[in-house]
Amino acid sequence: MSKIQDKFKELKSKNEKALISYIMTGFPNENTTLTIVRGLVRGGADIIELGFPFSDPIADGPVIQNASTVSLNKGAKIEKFFSLVKKIRKETDIPLVLMTYTNVLYTHGYSAFMSKAKSVGIDGLILPDMSIEESKEYLKSAKKNNLDTIFLVSPNTKNDRLKKIARASTGFLYMVAVFGTTGVQTKIHKYTIDAIKNAKKIVGKKIPIGIGFGVSTPADVKKYVSVGVDAVIVGSANLKIIENTAPSKLQRKIVNYTKTLKKSTRVN
Amino acid sequence: MKIGMPKDGRFGDFGGKYIPETLVPAVEELEENYQKIKSDKSFQNELDYYLKNYAGRPTPLYFAENLTKSVGGAKIYLKREDLLHGGAHKINNTLGQALLAKKMKKKRIIAETGAGQHGVATAMACSCLGLPSEVYMGYKDTVRQQQNVFRMDLLGCKVYPVKSGSQTLKDAINEAIRDWITNVDTTYYLLGSAVGPHPYPVMVRDFQSVIGKEIKKQMKNVPDTVIACVGGGSNAIGTFYPMIDDGVEMIGVEAAGKGLKTGMHSATLNAGKKGVLHGMMTYLLQDNDGQIKETHSISAGLDYPGVGPEHAFLKDAGNVKYKSATDNEVINAFLALTKTEGIIPALESAHAISHAIKIAKTRSKSDSIVVTLSGRGDKDIDIVKQYLRKNVKNSR
Ligand SMILES: Cc1ncc(COP(=O)(O)O)c(C=O)c1O
Repeated sequence: MSKIQDKFKELKSKNEKALISYIMTGFPNENTTLTIVRGLVRGGADIIELGFPFSDPIADGPVIQNASTVSLNKGAKIEKFFSLVKKIRKETDIPLVLMTYTNVLYTHGYSAFMSKAKSVGIDGLILPDMSIEESKEYLKSAKKNNLDTIFLVSPNTKNDRLKKIARASTGFLYMVAVFGTTGVQTKIHKYTIDAIKNAKKIVGKKIPIGIGFGVSTPADVKKYVSVGVDAVIVGSANLKIIENTAPSKLQRKIVNYTKTLKKSTRVN
Repeated sequence: MKIGMPKDGRFGDFGGKYIPETLVPAVEELEENYQKIKSDKSFQNELDYYLKNYAGRPTPLYFAENLTKSVGGAKIYLKREDLLHGGAHKINNTLGQALLAKKMKKKRIIAETGAGQHGVATAMACSCLGLPSEVYMGYKDTVRQQQNVFRMDLLGCKVYPVKSGSQTLKDAINEAIRDWITNVDTTYYLLGSAVGPHPYPVMVRDFQSVIGKEIKKQMKNVPDTVIACVGGGSNAIGTFYPMIDDGVEMIGVEAAGKGLKTGMHSATLNAGKKGVLHGMMTYLLQDNDGQIKETHSISAGLDYPGVGPEHAFLKDAGNVKYKSATDNEVINAFLALTKTEGIIPALESAHAISHAIKIAKTRSKSDSIVVTLSGRGDKDIDIVKQYLRKNVKNSR
């Protein structure tokens, strides 16, 4: 069983849902990334998603686009990313998921990339532009390297396809909350709630379902938990805090924010 | 694989659908509807009507006698896509797709544009068919192609300058895709070249194939050689595809910018590596980590780090040769055609002219070369003026 699967099992026994916190590595710089990760761990995040920037992030809104650009301009390189993960691994055994785009993996060769990622301590992968149709080689390499493949589904994904994607997914299934790119949203749509309930019914017994894109407040978390998600994924909201907080106060701010979100994942 | 018939949306390794899940239903809906209209007589008749009466098809195949004489060698013919309404081949594709969007009852059309030619052609087709249009354009391109921005304004099309990334065509495509993800139910994405996820590369090729079909009709025999410029590759694939089994020498010409060795170019097939961008696997200009590189060309329409997947396939299969022309060679070809024939070509098309001049010299007088003149150069005269002013010392 993978670290991610273990985590979901552990949370279930505690009657909690997972808080998955996303950050962009190298934003605003590499040292701060380590500080932020410590804050997330101390605040009680269950899984950390580490973003590695891609020059053309088509699934991302302005906040993550900007973080990607900053990280790339500061010289983000995959070798540096792997060293950073090694450093993180020395401090914590929290499950780590890499989120980036297909070309980053493809360029290095799926197999070579994944064996390196696994060896430094990555547990799973999220590629928003990897569709199941194109995933044969990707899945083969991931399986060989014991990495979870977390696919995305959307509120407009039909049930047949939902089942297919769930079959290709390990760790958890990532449901996108909105028709749109990543970014902070102001409201929860009815179509999202319906989609969560439907997905729980169709594939919920096979795989945990996480909801992401636009989740930012404890109220969001409570609402999603109340309709049955197994995980909430918070991304752009973290980056906003990082953008707007002085370095000296950043870790404390991240700890506090993460704590309030985590509190809302505890059922009853 | 049979040439030109993709299997599962792929040309060999190339193409496919690398897209966010939200777009899957939209792309499937598009594929379904495209299959329907492909064999639908009444759709094709309606499209033919607009191509003829609105866009000005068929375009002439003109024997460039003066240019041929001044070069000395093979006969050079020009396929005059520059005479189409809007001034470029782009209208072949936009009329086809806009008509399809209308059949699909889409209320809103979005597009990206580089030089502004596709944006203008989209705005025109949409006005003609009574559809609203909105166009994403890299901020840098809005500056170097102001005239086309104003043309779109006049046509009632909303233009959004894109300030992310390199602020050129690739970023305009990124932004259009993001819009499409956000408004997936109501919106039709009218992509301007033979790129993107399946079925776009095939659909755009089919709409542009009218170029090659007419060439075959207009030449008594097929020509010995056809040459077209390659940005995303739509005018080139539209030229080549109908002749793919005819034993014609086919040459695509990419933008070598300031020279292939300088890194300041957009010659994807000449200098790229395989990768995934904008929903497709193809050749890309990228660094060792897979980050897409900034490109350069004197012609905004060729300034793109990717290329249509069918070209990637045809290159590897050896059916088509892909060459390049530098900015300097392109300006010289632009001047040569303008002076000898009184035809001012788009800088994109001047890439193809440049290569035609280069090889015509080495061929016999009985050989024929057809060059697809993809567009007219009115949009580029300021750029040429600036270039000549800057380089006048070097060239005299
Ligand atoms: C006149 C002209 N030719 C060629 C191109 C390149 O596009 P493609 O390679 O799709 O034909 C453009 C693009 O803007 C153009 O305006």
